[in-house]
Amino acid sequence: MSDALQHDIVIVGGGGAGLRAAIALAELDPTLSVAVVSKVYPMRSHTVAAEGGAAAVIKDNDSLDAHCYDTISGSDWLADQDAVELFVREAPKELIQLEHWGCPWNREPDGHVAVRPFGGMNIERTWFAADKTGFHMLHTLFQTLLKYDEVVRYDEWFATKLLVADGRCQGVAAIELRTGQVRCIAAKAVILSTGGAGRIFPFTTNGAIKTGDGMALAYRAGVPLKDMEFVQYHPTGLPGTGILITEAARSEGGVLLNKHGERYLSNYDLGEPLDVHDPKHPQMRSMELGPRDRLSQAFVKEHEKGNTIDSPFGDVVHLDIRHLGEKKIDKLLPFVRELATNYAGIDPVHEPIPVRPVVHYMMGGIHTDINTATPLPGLYAVGECACISINGANRLGSNSLTKLLVFGARAGKAAAQYVGGCGAISVAAIQSQAVDEQVRITALLNKTGGSERIVSLRTDMYHAMESGAGIFRDESSLKRTCETLAEVRGRLRDIQLDDRSNCFNTELIAALELENMIDIANAVAHSALARTESRGSHQRTDFPDRDDANFLKHSMAYQTDGGPPRIEYLDVVITRWPPAERVYGAKPVETAGE
Amino acid sequence: MPEQTITLDVFRYRPDEDERSTIQSYDVPYYEHWVILDALNWIKDHVDGTLSFRWSCRMGVCGSCGMMINGDPKLTCAAFLKDYFPRAIRVEPLVNFPVERDLVIVMDDFMSKLTSVKPWLIRDDTRPMEEELLQSPSQLAAYKQFSMCINCLLCYAACPELDGDPDFLGPAAIALAHRYNLDSRDQGTAERQDILGAEEGVWGCALVGECTAVCPKNVDPAGAIQQAKVAVTKDWYKRLLLPWGKR
Repeated sequence: MSDALQHDIVIVGGGGAGLRAAIALAELDPTLSVAVVSKVYPMRSHTVAAEGGAAAVIKDNDSLDAHCYDTISGSDWLADQDAVELFVREAPKELIQLEHWGCPWNREPDGHVAVRPFGGMNIERTWFAADKTGFHMLHTLFQTLLKYDEVVRYDEWFATKLLVADGRCQGVAAIELRTGQVRCIAAKAVILSTGGAGRIFPFTTNGAIKTGDGMALAYRAGVPLKDMEFVQYHPTGLPGTGILITEAARSEGGVLLNKHGERYLSNYDLGEPLDVHDPKHPQMRSMELGPRDRLSQAFVKEHEKGNTIDSPFGDVVHLDIRHLGEKKIDKLLPFVRELATNYAGIDPVHEPIPVRPVVHYMMGGIHTDINTATPLPGLYAVGECACISINGANRLGSNSLTKLLVFGARAGKAAAQYVGGCGAISVAAIQSQAVDEQVRITALLNKTGGSERIVSLRTDMYHAMESGAGIFRDESSLKRTCETLAEVRGRLRDIQLDDRSNCFNTELIAALELENMIDIANAVAHSALARTESRGSHQRTDFPDRDDANFLKHSMAYQTDGGPPRIEYLDVVITRWPPAERVYGAKPVETAGE
Repeated sequence: MPEQTITLDVFRYRPDEDERSTIQSYDVPYYEHWVILDALNWIKDHVDGTLSFRWSCRMGVCGSCGMMINGDPKLTCAAFLKDYFPRAIRVEPLVNFPVERDLVIVMDDFMSKLTSVKPWLIRDDTRPMEEELLQSPSQLAAYKQFSMCINCLLCYAACPELDGDPDFLGPAAIALAHRYNLDSRDQGTAERQDILGAEEGVWGCALVGECTAVCPKNVDPAGAIQQAKVAVTKDWYKRLLLPWGKR
């Protein structure tokens, strides 16, 4: 094997969080050697697909406490309130920073940044760049990073293992796709920012690359995965493809209708509908601007009542934005129009959009503290792959883009401080681990006689997750899912690849991604089985109530040797907002903390 | 499986095994709602795991899956089988780039061109983090269109100039430089002028306009190049006539 590549800090993942961390490091100390390892060119990262916007308090009618309250009540009180308070406090300056870097935020006539309302929020505070906010944020960050030529990029390198010696994380092993070489990339600190794992489900808004790689790497290194049972379904995906239709369609006034043309959300404790032409429509924290978990659950109930609409790709309801008119749609929701026209074959200016709930976001992830540090010294995690937690049992739309920035910058600072004081890298020890990794990967590449194709294992995993660990779960459905996943995990040994090439072998990468996904799916299913209550996005039909006495706690899944994960619990941090009922439907709420 | 199938004639090349490229034909189930990317994934999953291509978002925004379809550059996640059925579809890597393998092109040259135009906001001062830089909706509108580029490189494949002159900066990079030059918050026009005004910059373009025709995001790189030519010329005259003045 070639000599180890060496850096002070290696960031794995080139999406919004990783790029923000890289820029923070470059600005903080240009003498630090910083590298970004990404399995795709950074501008392909899935941050690109986020649409609606990024939340931060900027207007005079808003307050930090109000943003905290919305986030905490939205989380069904599972968010850590010290982390939420820090997040909300640092959010405005991070979005202004992005503005200084050139992000094309929409503007008010007076030149100030414009905001729009979003689901579960009491006051409009979502900054936006039409309905391509994630795209503009990602490209702004990537283009800004190009300014710092001292930051080394390993584009199209796939990290396969964390290298740990002397109880510290000291680098990663990674495959260079172009050559197929496995290399040891040594570093005093590693920041994981690899994003979510929506691809463990068949029907998801997530791109092909969202396979939970960083989560799986940390999990195998002994770091717990926190709150993995909380999987967000976005209420409005296009049937068949799962392509996201942004919540902004509803925040600009779009409504959800069942097959009778009724605003059915009023039957689910989400308030009373106002006429679409009423100047007060849409109302904050009400009806179509309720939180995502409640809207997705309402769809399932409506389906059970027979009130949804048949479609070739599963039942749907209608998202109607026609009353906004062509001009407003083209100005504020042009991407919605483009996507609905191309992928649903309807023009939303003239017809309602068919939509159904779709897997969108992992609230859970790698356990970190408020400074993004994991329990493994030298390892940090940030973005969707991390669970700090500000999202608890249900994330509010437009908090995740802001989270990338706030905690991305924070991870950069924390890692820089750590490498200033940690010892030298044990290069020989980790290089030998990387050699072992090369042996493992070469064996997989050259294996003969296997009988399983990637697609058959992946399809069985999909079915297990969708049938047993979806919007509503119970003990028997989850047990079946766990059993199937264990069986699929066993069959991985029999996998057979067609492709033995060393050059850009995407089948090899897909096999390694599949292994990551199965481990993550297993953590999700077992964490869900162990949580015998209903909270936020985790709804157990056999335990329909929230149980604060036993479960005001984060679940922590640890990988065990071959068996199911060991689940432990960690108390939620409560600062100023004691647990209370989640109230939606435009009823007045007291947002100030104690 | 549906009763009908469609044929994909796919460009194959593995540098560690093949001396030259070949075309391989695959019969794929035909569904009206499938895009070409769906068909490629079906081949990879069920028939031939060695076929390599890039893709991710499958909603036309990540820019990964551009290929030549019957000779035209397209995003395969947005090109439907039904628009070609029942005829066979020829799938090849984007032209004007070296081929890494199969449908995967080498992007190194584009990445260095992109970096060379300094595609970041350049300002003389640093503002405190508490202060927004004001920008009116019309100032935003002045550059917004040119900020929509997803780097899918269809315009590079369509550009006849790049065929003859590989050093030409190309449509996407110039459009992005122009986007920052037009941004009311930016003060870096002079810094970008040398590269834009160079032989391989805006003057490499002969106004064919194919880039704008193939752009899936209506960025209009040809328009950007023409506007940039005017700006570079004005700057050249200023330098000539007022060599002592501030540009």
